[in-house]
Amino acid sequence: MTAVLAPTARRPGGARRWLVGAGWLALALLPFLGLPPFVISSATQVLIYAMVAMSLDLLLGYTGLTSLGHAGFFGAGAYAAGLCALRFSAELPLTMLAALAVALACGLLVGALTVRAQGMQFLMLTLAFSQMLFAIAFKWTWLTGGANGLAGIPRPSLLGLSLADARAYYLATLAACALTALVLRTVVRSPFGQALVGIRENEARMQALGYPTWRYKWAAFGLAAALAGLAGAFLAGFNGFVAPSDLDWTTSGLLLIMAVLGGAGTLVGPALGAAIVLLLQTWLGSLPGLGERWPMVMGLVFMAFVIAGRGGAGGVPRRPVAWGAVLGLARRLSGR
Amino acid sequence: MPPELVPLALQLLNALAFSMLLFQLAAGLSLIFGLLRFVNLAHGAFYMLGGYLGLALAQASGSFWLALAGVPVGVGLAGLGLEVVLLRPLYRRPHLEQVLLTFGLAFVLGDVVRLLWGGEVRSVAPPPELAGAAFLPGLGVGYPRYRLFVIASGLVLAGLFWLLQARTRLGAIVRAGVQDPEMVAALGIDVGRLFTAVFAFGVGLAAYSGVIAAPYQSLQLGMDFEALLLALIVVVIGGLGTLRGAFFGALLVGTADTFGKAAFPDYSLLVISALMAAVLISRPAGLFGRSLG
Repeated sequence: MTAVLAPTARRPGGARRWLVGAGWLALALLPFLGLPPFVISSATQVLIYAMVAMSLDLLLGYTGLTSLGHAGFFGAGAYAAGLCALRFSAELPLTMLAALAVALACGLLVGALTVRAQGMQFLMLTLAFSQMLFAIAFKWTWLTGGANGLAGIPRPSLLGLSLADARAYYLATLAACALTALVLRTVVRSPFGQALVGIRENEARMQALGYPTWRYKWAAFGLAAALAGLAGAFLAGFNGFVAPSDLDWTTSGLLLIMAVLGGAGTLVGPALGAAIVLLLQTWLGSLPGLGERWPMVMGLVFMAFVIAGRGGAGGVPRRPVAWGAVLGLARRLSGR
Repeated sequence: MPPELVPLALQLLNALAFSMLLFQLAAGLSLIFGLLRFVNLAHGAFYMLGGYLGLALAQASGSFWLALAGVPVGVGLAGLGLEVVLLRPLYRRPHLEQVLLTFGLAFVLGDVVRLLWGGEVRSVAPPPELAGAAFLPGLGVGYPRYRLFVIASGLVLAGLFWLLQARTRLGAIVRAGVQDPEMVAALGIDVGRLFTAVFAFGVGLAAYSGVIAAPYQSLQLGMDFEALLLALIVVVIGGLGTLRGAFFGALLVGTADTFGKAAFPDYSLLVISALMAAVLISRPAGLFGRSLG
């Protein structure tokens, strides 16, 4: 019994607590170091994707549900926030609320139809339903702008203060990222989160113990979708446009790669994974010829990590963070 | 036939042609799942690769038929190599890791096609024997020959599969492997080789349907994921791992899509998706499937 409910998110000890605090402080000080604007905007992008990757990990790493459709909710939130900013008000709390509400509604609806399915079937269903959301975004032209997407979304303002400045927007995004991390940390440490881990380890046993497991999974799915939608609100404000590709399954795959790469089953892992993937993408984009080949590079990196035993999907991660994964890969390659 | 029914009959033929294309596409996916127990997410990429390679070979050799015969064999051999090198080492791990590997493979193959053929849409002419329309005496109108060929190809393949499964030793081994691979291995049959062969065959089938699809639709980037999605919906509705499920699932999806497109031009995917949701709620394992592990 203790084995089933063994906490995975241990309370950080002294040294680790300091490390986490120093990390957040460094992130908060980043805009004041006189760094060039593209660094700030890259960092903002990393924070946005870190939020989605963390929310995906609630399903992937903690509950053991491999969703291949998470970008559907990310994109749904982005569209909702974009429409709110374009047609109603660009006030940040309102765009966030719109994104949360729409993503939560989509998540609860899709979740109700998918969480009873097991492993492979769940993966296929989430993929299919997110492609449905993609089709809606693509075809519902008068609302979503169709293939062109929504353009000209204004940068949101916070209580009348403009966030047009890149550094101000970065700080707002950082605050949302911290909020997301806090919510997820609280959830995974709560009895509810421990029940999710129990479901990951042995769903039949949890059922036998009297847990209505599908309701737990449904709630986790809805929460993950809502948080992904929240990140979507920041994506819309960051890019100034939303396109159907934001909720395409290639984006879902990218999110999965981030979570797997960084280490599913932890919160810092997916955030690190997001940073690694996006920095890799930016770096490759700066190399002549290679930027074009991003899907191939991403696919190969992903395959290498799966082969090296970092699939993470539905199983317990063997080593929590990306560095462990890199070491494991190197060991494997050198060992054979 | 009364003239007011002719449009309906033509739509039914269209639905049948699309259904048979879907069946040929989904059969390989379903077969691989049935035996190897994982969903090959690179299936659409092999389909797209087949389509483009078919175009290249048909242009180079001047013969569509040579492409139709040669491309599936070539892609199937490539699949064989991939299975041995990449997938076999993963068989001891959870099946989801194999799915994730094929997901990465889908990105790589999709980008290989983009690298080799570029991004523009290519329409492919049917071979001269199948160009133009055939006069259908019962209907009193013409109908594209190539679509009739797609229907025939699908029906013939379905018949062959049925014969192979029901009447041959190999079919019996495959059916037994779907039921219980360990027991089959205990009987002295090399299951590893069987897995490799089935993966190669399924991938070759994807390439075959890609070659078939090229003159029917057109070749463009993104067709891989589109095809994968349709194939997934077909096998989810029909039941994973059964060829009968792939056949009837394809008929349902093809018909719903064709008539859905006629009724609500912009929302055909939603019609199919609603169909899938309805089937899943009433029969979670699909129409012909058993529950999945």
